[in-house]
Amino acid sequence: MSGLSLRLHCTGEADFRLRLDCELPAAGITAIYGPSGSGKSTLLDCIAGLRRPGADSVVRFRDEYWQRPGSFVPTWRRRVAYVFQDARLFPHLDVRQNLHYALRRRHRDNGIGLQQVISWLQLDELLAHDPGALSAGQGQRVAIARALLSAPDLLLLDEPLANLDHTASQQCIVQLRQLADELDLPMLYVSHDIEEVSQLADQLVLLQDGCLVARGSLLELCSRLDTRLSQEEQAAAIVIGTVARHDPEFCLTELAVEGQPLLVGGNSHATGSTRRLRIPARDVSVCRQKPADSSILNILPVVLSDMQNDGASRVLLRLQLGSQFLLARITRKSAADLQLQVGDHLFAQIKSAALLMESTDTGE
Amino acid sequence: MSLSTTELDAIYLTLALATITTVLLLILGTPLAWWLSRQRAQWPAIIEAVVAMPLILPPTVLGFYLLLLFAPDTALGRAWEQLTGSQLAFSFSALVIGSVIYSLPFVVQPLQSAFQRVPHTLLDAAATLGASPLDRFRSVVLPLSRRSFVTAASLGFAHTIGEFGVVLMIGGNIPGETQVLSIALYDYVESLRFDEAHRLAAGLVIFSLVLLFLLYRHDRRDNWRVQA
Repeated sequence: MSGLSLRLHCTGEADFRLRLDCELPAAGITAIYGPSGSGKSTLLDCIAGLRRPGADSVVRFRDEYWQRPGSFVPTWRRRVAYVFQDARLFPHLDVRQNLHYALRRRHRDNGIGLQQVISWLQLDELLAHDPGALSAGQGQRVAIARALLSAPDLLLLDEPLANLDHTASQQCIVQLRQLADELDLPMLYVSHDIEEVSQLADQLVLLQDGCLVARGSLLELCSRLDTRLSQEEQAAAIVIGTVARHDPEFCLTELAVEGQPLLVGGNSHATGSTRRLRIPARDVSVCRQKPADSSILNILPVVLSDMQNDGASRVLLRLQLGSQFLLARITRKSAADLQLQVGDHLFAQIKSAALLMESTDTGE
Repeated sequence: MSLSTTELDAIYLTLALATITTVLLLILGTPLAWWLSRQRAQWPAIIEAVVAMPLILPPTVLGFYLLLLFAPDTALGRAWEQLTGSQLAFSFSALVIGSVIYSLPFVVQPLQSAFQRVPHTLLDAAATLGASPLDRFRSVVLPLSRRSFVTAASLGFAHTIGEFGVVLMIGGNIPGETQVLSIALYDYVESLRFDEAHRLAAGLVIFSLVLLFLLYRHDRRDNWRVQA
């Protein structure tokens, strides 16, 4: 079964143009990432049919044409659900009625059940409330529940966490990730927050000025030097490791990344479970010899696979660790002093590494 | 003090006219108001202007043109007579048609502004949940404009009851057929029967006051609830 095939030409306000010709996977969470004004929301609107792109545009989902020259399937007949930045709950209905609204009009009969959604998103307490009485986080949870209950084949999310505080958005991220894993529901997730994206996404699509810049797996794209991602101040590599053991004495947890030990803050993840780690480029430095008496715990042997100037004074390094990659941002002077060459064997000193979705397991 | 047959007839006729007119206005005014509320182009402003005309035109002007239009020798008059077997001018049907036109702005304007206030974002959300256009209107637009429907219906009803000029021009003054309360009152005054005139006038004042009080109270309560 193929995915979502798009050929879009769309002209918007103030000279904005969206021009895309690509095939997106219809599985897992695909993040659409780019600065504001890059066309992310316009892209979702075209997929949902809320906006009509130029007449020669094509939108095909699996084997069904939602738009092609001469035909346009209206939004309500496309089996998509949409979670907007504002929850858009119906103000004349309470939470329960909002959920029933979706349930009565669901796109398929064999969708997820009401009780399951209510318990997943912890809505029991909220059912009798009016939307006006909900906090932003609660409202967005109801909106996600409502979208799921319409039993879509594709879930579109447009910066659903933008109005939420940190705790609420972490909670939503955890829930979305679980839903994606358990429901086998493909999601397109628009965001301009790289942290959100790195916690959630399986694949990444980079948009800029209405054009697709790059796409691929999150891990690959995050460590590439030729995209905007690595040039951002908070650029970070994502690596995957397995929880090896816990050290209660120092309150640390050891992960195995490509056979190398990596220590992070103590947590209660089950040993043997696979975790994502985010390692910011600015927190990684390199040296030729393994320092013997450093305060830095994580020093890993790596191979310099690529390097690129990052502004006038800095250099961005791509470091290979087994089959995965780290990013390091150092000064251009250091790179010159160390006479760094691609292929050099180095040691990466990692000052900080954060487990993603830390809050998932606090209750487990 | 009991009401005469003429007066009872006039009351019945007035209420029937107002009720039928209001029902027709809601049936015709709702789609018109919805259509007007969705137009972004400039030209529908001419339709809005035509709808609003009865607000400023002397009712006699409207009545005069309708009288000419309803005459038995016009296309409309002839068609009506062939279809129904009776003439249109000076009939109850003519009153209904005149009242619908005369009270149209009182129904269309509140509905149109209510429809414009319904956020299109909610309609988009409903569409993504699988609601067809008609379903969206029924399940989102109608409940969110409920208040304005009450306002529109009440204003249309009350305004029809208060109608005089148009009725005078196109209805004539046939007791039991086209003589509504305002005309009966006029008759009494013309023939210096002030006691009867007082009865009808006071009755209309009280009725209008009660109706408007109920309407504004309903508005107030709802306003309050929306804010709460």
